[in-house]
Amino acid sequence: MKGRKIFKGKAEGEALVTKDGISFYGGVDPDTGEIVEKGHELEGQSVAGKILVFPEGKGSTVGSYVLYNLKRNGKAPLAIVNKECETIVAVGCIISEIPCVDHIEIEKIKTGDKVKVDAENGIVETE
Amino acid sequence: MKLNQKEQEMLDGKNGKAAQKAIEILSALGDIFGAEGFIDVKSVQIAGVSYHNLGEAGLEYLENMAEDGKVSVFTTLNPAGMDIQNWKKLGISEEFAQKQLKVVEAFAKMGVKTTCTCTPYLIGNRPNKGDHIAWSESSAVCFANSVLGAYTNREGGPSALASAITGKTPEFGFHLDKNRQAQIEIKVSGKIEKFTDWGALGHAIGDKVGKKIVLITGIEKASEDALKIFSASIATYAGAAIFHIEGITPNKTEKPSESVEITQENLDNSKAFLTDATEIDIVAVGCPHCSLGEMEQIAGLLEGKKVSKEFWICVSREIRDKAAEKGIVEKIEASGAKIACDTCMAVAPLKGRFKGMATNSAKAVFYGRGKNSFKTIFCDLEECVDLAVRK
Repeated sequence: MKGRKIFKGKAEGEALVTKDGISFYGGVDPDTGEIVEKGHELEGQSVAGKILVFPEGKGSTVGSYVLYNLKRNGKAPLAIVNKECETIVAVGCIISEIPCVDHIEIEKIKTGDKVKVDAENGIVETE
Repeated sequence: MKLNQKEQEMLDGKNGKAAQKAIEILSALGDIFGAEGFIDVKSVQIAGVSYHNLGEAGLEYLENMAEDGKVSVFTTLNPAGMDIQNWKKLGISEEFAQKQLKVVEAFAKMGVKTTCTCTPYLIGNRPNKGDHIAWSESSAVCFANSVLGAYTNREGGPSALASAITGKTPEFGFHLDKNRQAQIEIKVSGKIEKFTDWGALGHAIGDKVGKKIVLITGIEKASEDALKIFSASIATYAGAAIFHIEGITPNKTEKPSESVEITQENLDNSKAFLTDATEIDIVAVGCPHCSLGEMEQIAGLLEGKKVSKEFWICVSREIRDKAAEKGIVEKIEASGAKIACDTCMAVAPLKGRFKGMATNSAKAVFYGRGKNSFKTIFCDLEECVDLAVRK
């Protein structure tokens, strides 16, 4: 699938997919990478080391710093794939240097799929 | 995004690491939102100052940027997690204070004027009509766009800092006149006089029309303090970055064909929604930070009285110092009330310290409930003072 580069880089790993938006500030524990938002589809699961696939970010703009916290604590996702990237996730990926691509039909990716992301060229491949 | 030669050099790292990261952030945002290029900004206001929100990594990011980053336009800060000078008085821990001071030091190193306030327009960071700026704080953004006629999007902390360093922002959103036009008329038939009426109006608009840009009609006059507190309420409850009030705000807009009425009943319902406590153990005013006029009014109301519970008056350091020159600070502190500079009830770490809060700010109700699990009483300043002194 071909989308749009938000931040460069390459990554390969297992997908963690949700149809819910993610609020990094208040919704993800910056120390563990666990999704803690009550009632979230991925509540209790960790974003660490995953290709994190979700439609778009939401919530407070402080969320960008949560992505930076995750990266520093070794709990960041390997890459982020969005349907429509917004400011919080875009800025978070740029300051944390996490590869990020959007404009992808994320419905075609399932949790557990092996996914390759080539963000420079906006390419997301599933096996 | 089309970059000129200077901007391309920044992106290539010729102006240092911080400038490179800054222009990288802004170019990416410009691409995402379909901007064609950059415009110069006259001033910047940066959010993400409280250590409570930034965490250790946020601090580290700021310290990295401060290694070779320097701001190129006049820049001030949003409130911090504590009074930078008198944090002990507010019951802030030593550990938190040391981290918070490091945050402010990093900004100072970059050349930021480290006044921490949500009302930059009261302390000299006041843009003229038509100026493009890059501000963060939602109530200040709304006030700047609507009341001052400046042009700003609502920036996150890192993008505002990036604009401060580069002096630029991508031209999209509320920087373009076509995106600032009213979409719906709000015909106000209820009475709008007191601050709580304005706070309730912001809430009622959010309830009825959500995020649409409104042209409000039926209001004859509005003080700057009333517009300040209304900007905070409509930004909180309707997500608004701009509003228009016929005959009062300076931006030109066509009258939209669609309209809704806000009645006295709607306003009363909003007021009822904003109160859910019967008992309180803290009173807090100054959300947004008090003006000098409000400080005078508070001093008058407190004269000859003693407070019986915690009473916070949140204000910028500049306004506090001006009030001190007039003897107002002395009068307020003689009552036992606390003047909290550089911070406020919405960003200080207050959770668990109090259960119920009285305030005259609809915005403070939202953050008191959401962040600190407080129950709230929403009432005008006179009643706030009454509650603070009542045994």
